[in-house]
Amino acid sequence: MMDWQGQKIAEQVMQIMLVVFAIGAFLTGYFMGSLQLMLFIYAGGVVLTTLITIPNWTIFNRHPLNWLEPSEAKKHPKPQVTGLISKKPQKK
Amino acid sequence: MHSFGYRANALLTFSLTVLALMCAMASITDNFNSPSPTATVQILNVNRFQKKASGDDEVAITLDISADLQSLFTWNTKQVFVFLAAEYRTPKNSVNQVSLWDAIVPTKEDAKFSIKTKNKYRFIDQGSNLRGRDFNLTLHWHVMPKTGKMSADKLVLPGFRLPESYRSRRPAKHPAKAIAT
Repeated sequence: MMDWQGQKIAEQVMQIMLVVFAIGAFLTGYFMGSLQLMLFIYAGGVVLTTLITIPNWTIFNRHPLNWLEPSEAKKHPKPQVTGLISKKPQKK
Repeated sequence: MHSFGYRANALLTFSLTVLALMCAMASITDNFNSPSPTATVQILNVNRFQKKASGDDEVAITLDISADLQSLFTWNTKQVFVFLAAEYRTPKNSVNQVSLWDAIVPTKEDAKFSIKTKNKYRFIDQGSNLRGRDFNLTLHWHVMPKTGKMSADKLVLPGFRLPESYRSRRPAKHPAKAIAT
């Protein structure tokens, strides 16, 4: 599992890693004169990014949601919306 | 991004988009290359020059082709296709283009070559117009990139001339000769 923070971090890490590897691979390939080298470096970057951001690593689950205890929830009942149903147009 | 599948999908699509951009940029870098290929062709001998039974002229020649196409190669070049064509005007056709020889150059190291060869494909006119005919030998090349658009260019080597009369398998000394770079 990933919490909300973890999902956000995982997505950002994925995008940053891929872009950084792409730039590095392109420059290396260009100056070494080898398109093949560019592709291999980028492929390596994709594999590394996959390993880091796809499995449910525990570091992405450090901000668990704090749910209220059931007894606490009873003391603060959900505000009941009144009159909403009658205001809604009868459309389905 | 909450599940394995969503993250795998996001990574796949994003990584392939980035890969496409990289390939496009690699293709763009080819525009910074301004090639300066050189070529020299000599006709060493006219081995045979006669009218076929069909009435069309045919000539068989020995060529010495030297070229340096290394500047066509960039990091994004897969191979270069090169062919030598005889080009001339006749009363019947304003453009005649007869391919005499071709080759695939797979690497930059092979792009500087010198070869003595008979014409690989038959040099036959549409008609009987080759005697004393002035013609150009044009080296055409097609650059095939690893990613991006193919490009083609040519180098015209003018000033060749076929003999005034037919001849059979009699070896001759330099009936037509020119050097161009």
